[in-house]
Amino acid sequence: MNCIIIDDDATSRLLIRKLCGVQENLTVLEEFPNAIQAIKFLNQNHVDLIFLDIHMPDFTGFDFIQTIKNPPQIILITSDRNFAIDAFEYDCIVDYIVKPLELPRFLKAIQKVQKISNAVQQTEPVVQPSVKSADINIVADEGTADVSQHSKSPGKDLYVNIDRRLVKINISSIYLVEAKGDYIQIKTEEKNYVVHSTMKKIEEKLPEDLFLKVHRSYIINTKKIIDIEDNSVLIKKDVVPVSRSNRPELMKRLNLL
Amino acid sequence: MEQPNLNYIKEISGGDADFQKEMIQVIQKEFPTEVATYHQTLAVKDYRGIAEIVHKIKHKISILGLEESYKTAMVYEENLREHSFEKQAEFEKTLQNMTDFLASL
Repeated sequence: MNCIIIDDDATSRLLIRKLCGVQENLTVLEEFPNAIQAIKFLNQNHVDLIFLDIHMPDFTGFDFIQTIKNPPQIILITSDRNFAIDAFEYDCIVDYIVKPLELPRFLKAIQKVQKISNAVQQTEPVVQPSVKSADINIVADEGTADVSQHSKSPGKDLYVNIDRRLVKINISSIYLVEAKGDYIQIKTEEKNYVVHSTMKKIEEKLPEDLFLKVHRSYIINTKKIIDIEDNSVLIKKDVVPVSRSNRPELMKRLNLL
Repeated sequence: MEQPNLNYIKEISGGDADFQKEMIQVIQKEFPTEVATYHQTLAVKDYRGIAEIVHKIKHKISILGLEESYKTAMVYEENLREHSFEKQAEFEKTLQNMTDFLASL
């Protein structure tokens, strides 16, 4: 059985890797400090089990589960007890371990996984065509403040309030908008802006024919797409997850041969 | 005030001295960046950001055996999510306590 580890905490990754070493026939294929990098890996590799943290910046463990198609078995490992009930709404989640990790509890979770694996004949691995190499590029914050509404109908420019200045952004230069907690990050050809606003507000300000919300945390400029994987889009250097529910609309927008 | 210790790391290592060393090195490397992030988010009163980093630091508090401080951090995290700074001073004492301990290793 193989596994991957997704946790933004390096000490957690090291601990999980150590405990995996105790278990015979459990191989750690890779570890990731964020879930988006793991999506790319899953598209190219067959994975039996994922150790997944919930609290991660920008893209949580639950965002990850909702994004991937045919998730393998997942063990949640988190410091947060509050999501246990939510967790068991997902069939793929086999167990929920609260940090700090202890060996007996960890081994018990592995046994659960093995029981399920033994009971259910392993289905065919989902191996998708590879995507182009791309790194997630998070750029430093520019400032924080409220989005200001410039024009009622989506015009050429969008004005955002950054540190009490109204900064003009050319709408066509925006290639990605990403939710970041109470803020949104607007990525353009020239630079990136972090603005105190919501995805809903900015979605209303962007022209529908150009922009599409592909995930609850991402709006993309469809003209800037480089390539599309089954559940992700490569846009500039960013790999952006596409929710299953949003994929049909994305496919409709494409001039497919 | 309770003192940090390496009991958890020693126990989980199963006597593997290399692992213990690696674990301490990772904590020594990661912890100061988390403390810096904590102060950055605090400076701009980014409640959500502070709560997230407190959440992350919480794990290291437990690894270093600080059970009471862990409970304080839990409460502080909850308070921050409700835009309250109650327990800030206690939490920051824990940060200093851990910083001193890690420096002494």
